[in-house]
Amino acid sequence: MPGLVPGFAVLAPVWECRGWLRQPLSRRMYKPGPRARTVAMIPNEPKITPELVAEHGLKPDEYQRILDLIGREPSFTELGIFSAMWNEHCSYKSSRVHLRGLPTRAPWVIQGPGENAGVIDIGDGLAVVFKMESHNHPSYIEPYQGAATGVGGILRDVFTMGARPIACLNFLRFGDPKHPKTRSLVSGVVAGIGGYGNSFGVPTVGGSVGFHTRYDGNNLVNAMAVGLAKTDSIFYAAASGVGMPIVYLGSKTGRDGIHGASMASAEFGEDSEEKRPTVQVGDPFSEKLLLEACLEIMQKGCVIAIQDMGAAGLTCSAVEMGAKGDLGVTLDLDAVPTRETGMSAYEMMLSESQERMLMVLKPEKEKEAEAIFRKWGLDFAIVGETTPSKRFIVKHGGDIMADLPIKELGDEAPVYNRPFVETPKLPVIAPDSVKPPMSIADALEKLIGTPDLCSKRWVWEQYDHIILGNTVQRPGGDAGVVRIEEGPKGLAMTTDVTPRYCEADPFEGGKQAVAEAYRNLTAVGATPLAITDNLNFGNPERPEIMGQFVGCVRGISEACKALDFPVVSGNVSLYNETNGRAILPTPAIGGVGLLNDFTKSVSIAFKNEGDVILLIGETTGWLGQSLYLRDICGREEGAPPPVDLAAERRSGEVVRDLIGKGLLTAAHDLSDGGLAVALAEMAMAKGLGATLDAAPKSVPAHAFWFGEDQARYVVTVKAADRDQTVAQAKAAGVPMAKLGTVGGDMLAIAGERAIKVSVLSNRFEGWLPAYMAGSN
Amino acid sequence: MNSAVLVFPGINRERDMARTLRLVSGREASMVWHTETQLPQGTDLVVLPGGFSYGDYLRCGAIAARSPIMDAVRAHAAKGGLVLGVCNGFQILCEAGLLPGVLMRNQHLRFICRDVFLRVERSDTPFTRGYNAGQVIRVPVAHGEGNYIADGETVARLEGEGRVIFRYSSPDGIVDPDWNHNGAINAIAGIVNEGGNVLGMMPHPENHVESVIGSTDGRGLFAGLVQHFEKAA
Repeated sequence: MPGLVPGFAVLAPVWECRGWLRQPLSRRMYKPGPRARTVAMIPNEPKITPELVAEHGLKPDEYQRILDLIGREPSFTELGIFSAMWNEHCSYKSSRVHLRGLPTRAPWVIQGPGENAGVIDIGDGLAVVFKMESHNHPSYIEPYQGAATGVGGILRDVFTMGARPIACLNFLRFGDPKHPKTRSLVSGVVAGIGGYGNSFGVPTVGGSVGFHTRYDGNNLVNAMAVGLAKTDSIFYAAASGVGMPIVYLGSKTGRDGIHGASMASAEFGEDSEEKRPTVQVGDPFSEKLLLEACLEIMQKGCVIAIQDMGAAGLTCSAVEMGAKGDLGVTLDLDAVPTRETGMSAYEMMLSESQERMLMVLKPEKEKEAEAIFRKWGLDFAIVGETTPSKRFIVKHGGDIMADLPIKELGDEAPVYNRPFVETPKLPVIAPDSVKPPMSIADALEKLIGTPDLCSKRWVWEQYDHIILGNTVQRPGGDAGVVRIEEGPKGLAMTTDVTPRYCEADPFEGGKQAVAEAYRNLTAVGATPLAITDNLNFGNPERPEIMGQFVGCVRGISEACKALDFPVVSGNVSLYNETNGRAILPTPAIGGVGLLNDFTKSVSIAFKNEGDVILLIGETTGWLGQSLYLRDICGREEGAPPPVDLAAERRSGEVVRDLIGKGLLTAAHDLSDGGLAVALAEMAMAKGLGATLDAAPKSVPAHAFWFGEDQARYVVTVKAADRDQTVAQAKAAGVPMAKLGTVGGDMLAIAGERAIKVSVLSNRFEGWLPAYMAGSN
Repeated sequence: MNSAVLVFPGINRERDMARTLRLVSGREASMVWHTETQLPQGTDLVVLPGGFSYGDYLRCGAIAARSPIMDAVRAHAAKGGLVLGVCNGFQILCEAGLLPGVLMRNQHLRFICRDVFLRVERSDTPFTRGYNAGQVIRVPVAHGEGNYIADGETVARLEGEGRVIFRYSSPDGIVDPDWNHNGAINAIAGIVNEGGNVLGMMPHPENHVESVIGSTDGRGLFAGLVQHFEKAA
């Protein structure tokens, strides 16, 4: 809605005429609701016209639903509230019917989807609270602030529940490196994530960065936060008790971010740059103070319910608190701390100013809570109360600006079962039908320096990944690992999905995303416990996009069930398309796993000369949708590798068991780039080479080294432990084969040109810094 | 050793520092809020930890340097009491006038978090008695503004008086621009005041005190301080 937001300056209200006044309803398009009664409207408000309704992102039938629901024409403020609650971002109206199929329960799940974040039990009276959320649209419009506030928002989601954040991760996708905007987007997004997380004081321990031309107009910025809480003091959004004070905490409300959630629920066109005013501005300093203040008042037992003001700000937080608690809420906007003068009710209700919270406090603890907030220099204002009426009433300047049924605002949001068409299956590409255009060694050297496979050190060195003093495994491995408190437990975290697989086969791609998260956690020795998902897709009103969504969700669901890996929180980001071109379907999976002893965690790096390198899992040489096929042969083709979930489980259990017994000296999951790339990464991680046997006769050599078959790991063991390791895999029915031996400073495959590890490292580390410096 | 860790709004490595002091000295540090006007009785060591006091707004450390507690820190330093400032703490000490010079933005204008190598220039200070002169230690940095600079005369004095305590170097102790990640003049990573009792440094020794988390190379600094006070007692 370009132009709408700046236009409010002239609407800055001077409330000369107060009270409810009759205003004629435009009935050219809409028939009156069954309970139509006198329409209350505030003077100075714009007339509700079909154009205004459309600018609020509401379809004519959705507007009709509003009329039916409230029995009259909504006021301008009410229209804004509906648009905030019923947009895709807040209501999940296109996705909800499909999300119901996801498994969300397990004995260790304390809280599944529906709260600010998911909660799992990790024993010892401790719980892990985590969620991932997108800030794609804002990060494209204003990369630094868009990404920064994405981190800020997800951190708030976690500490709102009473958890102290202990780690952050992210999942980033950018357009073609050759696209003129890509470099500045990478620069801004990375600086924004670092700028917020570093200042807030949480280590960013993992993530994923990739490039593809399909993200040219729509980069993806998904931020994940993980916090630690006590199982007996987790805080929820549902209000309880009538007449309880509703308290506003944190920063003041300004005019930033108005309609942010609606903007995020529409596709981009040529005018996307004009939407910059809808992006919020972050202040990590305030958020750090808010964290400390919130945890302090929670610890003092002051809080009944708490909800952060994220998307759709005051509207969404107040409605959720009331609706979840079966209570009404009355807000008096005159009490809301504002940054600017003359803000209208509409603006205050839709502002997405950052670092704000809404709480229901125990009345007897009000003074104590206020003193704590004052100590931290934060605003504290009683802005309303809970009521028995189940109405959401907003007052401003003595007038009632909105009076709506609170349950229906959330529960009666439209739900669409949108038409979809399944993505047609692609042919399987036989390994021997792909002719290798270059030698194995040449292909490895080339692949390791491509944008998707190269080192992302340039990115993660801009994130403080060691603060809090608990980082066991830093970025660059399979999963980030942090010690929990003083140990011995540790937490492993990863973010994964392979969008090109999802595009080629949404169902298998959805399965693979979950399986890869499972493998990455397993490879560091952690037991996978639960996931958060961030489902990034194009316009759901297009049946083929909806088909991608449905297929991916089904795949995720199947894998989560098979791997006992439930979904406890998530976020859906649709309309990621510009001028009719959608992103690759990208259901990012954030996985969390537990180590009983963090000191047993293993890394990907080769450790000792003479260690034996073993391959776990079956290799058929699957080249369809592989990076070898794409980046070496120039073909984005074929069916992606199928995921045998039973095999994933068997392989995973063996690897975790071997790590638990202390038998493995290194472990690495196999994914993008296949076996050769994984071995190169293990060698480069410590600058230690390996001598490798030739590929078996049964598989063409290039397919053996670069195929992307699933359910596989490379591990190393001391030579003396080899027999025991092999016997254990055999007993579990998991294929295991010797690949070679660790040692020297070359990666040497029998019959191929040996490559110095330092040469590989230079290529691996070189591409991204050179690209960002504008020199390639 | 009785330590007091100052807490300014926006500081975020105070817990890391307090844990390290507990691990190495066996005693809990006192956490001192910035609005206090006195240090706890019997404070041996004052620590200004890392973070983003006041969001780094205005200039890094500028607002914290004017907090009420800083008068007490000045008095402690004037009596010869030991003061350690790490990262933002170093910036605050410079802004407070307890150390000369300033920390500018890193030369490549990016925040950098990585392990660096420090050459310990002297071992005859209370802060470095746990190391040998010339020893190289590996500790992490995490800062956007750690590029130390002062006017030529001040730098010459610092060097002449042996007040540069830590220098960024290669793993074998060679000072080289490739190993000076932030571009600090003379690869300066840490300096002391004239009295030798106030140390400011950009790297985080407190994050490398356990073999299971990174390395133990930072431990020597704290262990040396504990020894210093044991000997004095």
